[in-house]
Formats: sequence, structure tokens, C-alpha cells
Amino acid sequence: MHSEREIDVKYLARVEGEGAMYLKLEGEEVVDLKFKIFEPPRFYEAFLQGRRFSEAPDITARICGICPIAYQTSSINAMEHAAGTTVPHVLQELRRLIYCGEWIESHSLHIFFLHAPDFLGYESGLAMAEKFPQKVEDALRLKKLGNTLMTVLGGREIHPINTKVGGFYRVPTREELEALVPELEWGLEASIATTRWVSGLQFPDFERDYEFVAMHHPDEYAIHQGRIVSSRGIDIAVEEWSNVFTEEHVEWSNALHARIKNRGSYHVGPMARYTINHQQLTPLAHKEAERSGLGVSCTNPFKSIVVRAIELVFAFEEALRIISEYVRPAEPAVPVDPAGKTGHGASEAPRGLLYHSYSIDDEGLISHAQIVPPTSQNQLSIEEDLREYVPGRTHLSDDVLQWQLEQAIRNYDPCISCATHFLDLEVDRA
Amino acid sequence: MTGSPLVIGVGNEHRGDDAAGVEVVRRLDSDRVVEISDCSRLLDAWEGEADVIVVDAMRSGRSPGSVLELDGRSQSFPTKSFPSSHSFGLADAVELGRILNRLPHRLTVYGIEALNLDPGDEMSPDVARAVSEVVSAIQES
Repeated sequence: MHSEREIDVKYLARVEGEGAMYLKLEGEEVVDLKFKIFEPPRFYEAFLQGRRFSEAPDITARICGICPIAYQTSSINAMEHAAGTTVPHVLQELRRLIYCGEWIESHSLHIFFLHAPDFLGYESGLAMAEKFPQKVEDALRLKKLGNTLMTVLGGREIHPINTKVGGFYRVPTREELEALVPELEWGLEASIATTRWVSGLQFPDFERDYEFVAMHHPDEYAIHQGRIVSSRGIDIAVEEWSNVFTEEHVEWSNALHARIKNRGSYHVGPMARYTINHQQLTPLAHKEAERSGLGVSCTNPFKSIVVRAIELVFAFEEALRIISEYVRPAEPAVPVDPAGKTGHGASEAPRGLLYHSYSIDDEGLISHAQIVPPTSQNQLSIEEDLREYVPGRTHLSDDVLQWQLEQAIRNYDPCISCATHFLDLEVDRA
Repeated sequence: MTGSPLVIGVGNEHRGDDAAGVEVVRRLDSDRVVEISDCSRLLDAWEGEADVIVVDAMRSGRSPGSVLELDGRSQSFPTKSFPSSHSFGLADAVELGRILNRLPHRLTVYGIEALNLDPGDEMSPDVARAVSEVVSAIQES
């Protein structure tokens, strides 16, 4: 062991997944463009085989340090669907509450640290922090609030251990939740201020004609339950996912590309949710959406930062509503037995639809697992954005073009490996 | 707050050598430890703590299992990863803490050079040895 004064730690770990982009131009023409991602769920699908059905939430939660609740919820939904069990409303509400915590945590990280610096011309969130320390402090406080919600409900803030198939190991008391209210009220105000701030940013003039896909529920802005709906007429139960969507290998990426059969790319995430479900936003979120001028749909991917801010307002309002109506149930969970069955589950991860499917053998062991994360569903859409963005901008220097294309990728808050460190971008001008 | 340092292990136990930091804190068998997999939570994890040790896997080009001990307060970390990633890493968290004046009074970082970071990998022998080395160093400090 030794100490040194000169430091050159090129990459600290969690670098496993590397996102990369390759662009080849001939004059004005894009002749080749590949967006490459590494995707860990493939390993987890194999790793889950032979494990007990009840282990799936805890194992899949490890796929992502930012969205463990999404992985837990989709896997739990799949097991409960297999068993034909419906969990009581109050437990569903607690699931929604912990999920609000995850949206708050993830959206505030992305808005302030990863996305806003692009618009303000800072090359990093750190550079922005030096100029706007108060904004960054607020962002950290918002993010921490999300963590706190997850801690109170989940037992600990990352990879929560308190959620399970059938409900929770322990449900919080009313007092435990009410103690969060003053800070959540601050969060609501701060997220409204955030929406107004990001609405005033300058956005590139760029619109796309997406097919949006999101969950939809008749009674609420869908997060943890509902049907899968698209802006062009798809309306299916979650178990019909593979009738409509398919995953394909492409040689340049470890991740599977998802597409709509016989149709092509689609777009999941905040813009899709907003387009499909905006009428169900909570009152203040709805008002802020109107004030921001978004309209009934958002088709400029750079404006996804505004939609995330609106969803931040929504998540705080929704969390406050759930807490105000909460009555602690006598039982924290219901029994679930999916042995010998197959089930499908989905939920709206911060970055979009997350679909899981499991087959369980007669012993209660997982015999097959399929996990389709949002980023692999958006991968084609990201590539198409880049292809459409480049023409007319080839006069830009490599540096500027690279910056703008990276920004176009960041519009999706891509979970490149759920923990990736960097994105290499190569521009080849023939 | 107590006299002993808080030890924070960073990593994902399902990703080969990335488990190094987590493995160190588990071996310490102490209640003054925290495991995290996402460094954006570091500032919260050490809030109110005066003396903190962070252990993380790293890739610096050194030979696998190399251990680097850094003084987080006096040495600046390169933050190449910050601008274009999905999440942020240890270096980013430390630099952000520095800017916002939210570093603990004493901050020691142990980096353990990783070899295998693929999901499902076993920890490589050199890294496993380094884990033991760091556990001993922390226990003796």
C-alpha cells in the first residue's frame, strides 16, 4: 500500500456499462450512426433462473442504483399477476408512495445534475454548482427527500428491503408518514419553482413524430398499475406485451432493441406519460403544465426536462395526498402463490415503461425471466433522433456537434447500464 | 457521532470486483458502516460525520488489486465522468462536496484497482487480497 500525491484515477468503478456513439458523415449525409449500450438485465435474466419467486424483487432491485423500486414493482406485479392475487388498495397506495420517492430522486438528479448544465452551457454539473450553489443545494434537498420517502417505506434508501411480493414486511404508522409532510410541502414549492426555471431555458427547434407508449390507468396518472397504451392506438393488458412488441439483437450493441412489431420505434418515458395521461395530473402539476405552455403533447425531446419537472410537482402532490388519506392496514401483506404459473408485470420507471415476465415452476422456482428496461425500448428512438438532428448541423465543429448529440442522448436520461460512467462519441467525416 | 470513523463501501455486489467496497464494510463487522451503490447519495451518507472512510473499486490503469489511499480533503479528483453519464461517481461526489463545503472534516478514500466488472463475475483473487488488506488497514487505523 502506498500514498501518492499525483492522482490519475481515470475511472472509478460502476463503469461496467459503456455507452458509445459512432457517427460517420459524408458531406451533409449521415452514412452510419450507431448508439451502443451495454445492458445488464440480460445477465439478471439468467441469474434469476432457479431462484425462488419471492427473491425476484430483491435481486432485480440490484440492476439499478437509481430505480430499484421500478424493478421491484414490476417483478412483484408479475408474481401477483401469475398468482391471480390482487393486493388491497391501501398497499397499492403505499407502493405508489414509495414510487413517488423514486421519481423525485431520479428526476431531481437528472434535471439539475445531468440535463440543466447542457442548456446553461456548463460542461458539467460541477461547473454549474460553482455558479449556482443554491440551485444545487435545493436539488440535493429534493433528491434527499425522495431518498427519505424510500427509506421510511423501504427500510433503507437504496435497494429497499421492506417491499415484497404481496405487500410489505412492515407498513409505516400514520405518524411516521405525517412527519414527512412539512418537508414534502417544501418540496412541492421547490418543484414548482423548478418547473418555472426550466420552462425558461432555450430549446433547440426540433420536433419528432413519435409513437408514445406508456401505462394508463382509468383512475390515476399511471405509475405502478394499468394497461399499456400508445398514442397510435395500442391498448393492451400487460400480459399481451409480446404480442405487440418484440426485442431484436443488433450487432453493435449488447442491448436488445425493442420495437413495435411490423411498425418500428416507439418512445417511453416522461414525454410519453405526459402525452397519454396529462389530463390525470394532480391540480398543481396540471396548472404548471399549462403555464409552461406544453400543450397536450410534447414532441421536442429537449423539452423532456420540463416534463420531468412537472412530474416532480405531481410526485410531491401525490405523495401528500396519499399520506393525508393513509390509514394503517392491519396486515402488511397478503399471501401470494404463483407456483406453476406465468405472470407479467409492468410499471413506469422514471425513464419509462419497465416490463417483466416470469414463469414459475411447481416448486416456486423461477424457470424463465424476461426484463425489458426503458432504455432498450428507447434505443431506436434515440438513434432516429440523432439521425434527424445531424442534417443541417454538419457545419458545426466536432466539439459542438458532439456536445449537442450527447445532449440529445441525455434527453432520454438513458440508463446506459444503470450505472455507467461515460459516453464516448466518435465523429468520422469522410 | 462517535469517535470511530464511518466507513462507506461503494459498489454492486453482483458485478465482480465492483463488490470490493461493499465486501470491505461487510468484513468490518461494525455498525459504523454504510453500503451504497450510487455515489450521488454520498453527501447524505456522510452528513454530520467528522471522520469518514470511503472504499470503492477503481480503474486507473494500475495492476489489479492495487490499493490507493487518498486524502479526500486535500487531493482533488479528476471528474471526467460527470458531464455525460447517467449517474455520478465517487470523484464527482467528493468534488461536489468540496464546492458546497459539505466534506467531512477528515475524509480517507481507498481505491481498489478492479479487473472484472461484468455482472455475475466472481471477485478476482488480486482484488480479494486487496479487500483483506484494506480491512486490516482500517481496523488498525
